[in-house]
Amino acid sequence: MIINHPTLGPRDSAEFTYLGDAALLRRPNPKSETALDDFYSYQYLRDNPAGEHRELWYHEQGDRSWLVVTRNTVTHDITKVEFARDVKQAMIEKAIIKRAKS
Amino acid sequence: MSYSAFRIFKEAITGHKGWKPVWRKPEPQLNYDIIIVGGGGHGLATAHYLASKFDKKRIAVLEKGWIGGGNVGRNTTIIRSNYLLNDNEGFYEFSLKLWEGLEQDVNYNAMVSQRGVLNLYHSDPQRDAYVRRGNAMILNGADAKLLKADAVRSLYPFLNFDDARFPIMGGLLQPRGGTVRHDAVAWGYAHAADKRGVDIIENCEVTGFDIQNGCCVGVETSRGYIGASKIGVAVAGNSSRVMAMAGIRLPIESHVLQAFVSEGLKPLLDGVITYGAGHFYVSQSDKGGLVFGGDIDGYNTYAQRGNLPVVEDVCEGGMSLMPMIGKARILRMWGGNVDMSMDGSPIIDKTDIKGLYFNGGWCYGGFKATPASGYSFAHLLATDTPHDTAKAYRMDRFTRGLMIDEKGMGAQPNLH
Repeated sequence: MIINHPTLGPRDSAEFTYLGDAALLRRPNPKSETALDDFYSYQYLRDNPAGEHRELWYHEQGDRSWLVVTRNTVTHDITKVEFARDVKQAMIEKAIIKRAKS
Repeated sequence: MSYSAFRIFKEAITGHKGWKPVWRKPEPQLNYDIIIVGGGGHGLATAHYLASKFDKKRIAVLEKGWIGGGNVGRNTTIIRSNYLLNDNEGFYEFSLKLWEGLEQDVNYNAMVSQRGVLNLYHSDPQRDAYVRRGNAMILNGADAKLLKADAVRSLYPFLNFDDARFPIMGGLLQPRGGTVRHDAVAWGYAHAADKRGVDIIENCEVTGFDIQNGCCVGVETSRGYIGASKIGVAVAGNSSRVMAMAGIRLPIESHVLQAFVSEGLKPLLDGVITYGAGHFYVSQSDKGGLVFGGDIDGYNTYAQRGNLPVVEDVCEGGMSLMPMIGKARILRMWGGNVDMSMDGSPIIDKTDIKGLYFNGGWCYGGFKATPASGYSFAHLLATDTPHDTAKAYRMDRFTRGLMIDEKGMGAQPNLH
């Protein structure tokens, strides 16, 4: 597989290590009342879909960036590659706006 | 129809006109006592043991494709019981004992060949770890023998013994381990289960579960609705997809494991060898091809094919262990989808939905477990209690901190 890195261009997937579902970016709140269950689901349970899957790849043999790659688990087609820090930043901003509204 | 030497003789003199299909092709009935979803090795074994050992009737096995088209026909055919942890070793030793009597039990030639499985070690600490594992095996009733380099050299003189980085210092041998003709395992179990009245329904994909008041009472399939009082799911590789239809999320990721066969060679390797310094294992099939494989590709996938970096890694392992393999050409390679559970060990358990049972999470080691998996799952379905050897394979072990960390890793090495 070739991963089209946002700044370095097309790179061989062998340069990367894989972590799994990008939902892992959404760490549960340890102060929540349901924290025990939330962390169990976070740590161990997976959606594991057949089809489009957003997942974390680490460019270990390159610029050491974390990426969120949107890849099809049936065809291995990669349709989108983003920096994980941008995805996380967008998540935080969205949460702040949501909190401000409520 | 049963198979015997007499039968072969009789058919030979009557022009082989009496052979019949190995199993029937029945139409699905409206309901059954027990439905097994998944007609792979584990599902067929479950049906066979339900009918033969637990005296259950009205059983159906639903398979979306054809019998033997999944991982039971895609593995590297190795059987062994060389595990360290008690929760695993008892189970896999039970499995090996069932393998030893399999052919008589199912009246089918599965070519069970106990040719020995040898795990090589390359350093003093690795030897110590193997001594410990060998002792754990012996304590659980299995067989294990520690070989020094000379003994390994007399068995396999062509290995790369004097490698500067990873010299072969010896190996842990399980003489009772070996290989089995994998397709024949599916056909044998199908034959035996069919003979006891189990309906094996191919081209019948389950598309939904009928769950009423927390109780599973039937399945929607591509061939219509089928009711049942108990439903067992044994679809490793696709467990997450099937269980998602019942609203259950699993501690499982689907990955691909690749395997390879070289062109046919003269007999040179009469056992199974695993390399202790890289991920590579090899045996030779009766047709002469070297059958070998390595690690999983390492990313979520449902494609039954892998990528080139792992091909390179496996071939490097092969070259490092037995340099002469470089002269052979790879004839075929393929991939199979495996359930990677989060601690690397399987699950055989009830679910929160009454009447729905789950068997999966076999990682890259499901084939050798086939008989014990089927027996334990049949035990669970028939008696609602786990079999003695499969007590630890609980669905909730992750919430209770009772992981079975045989290798200290599951789908990824960073979960523990």
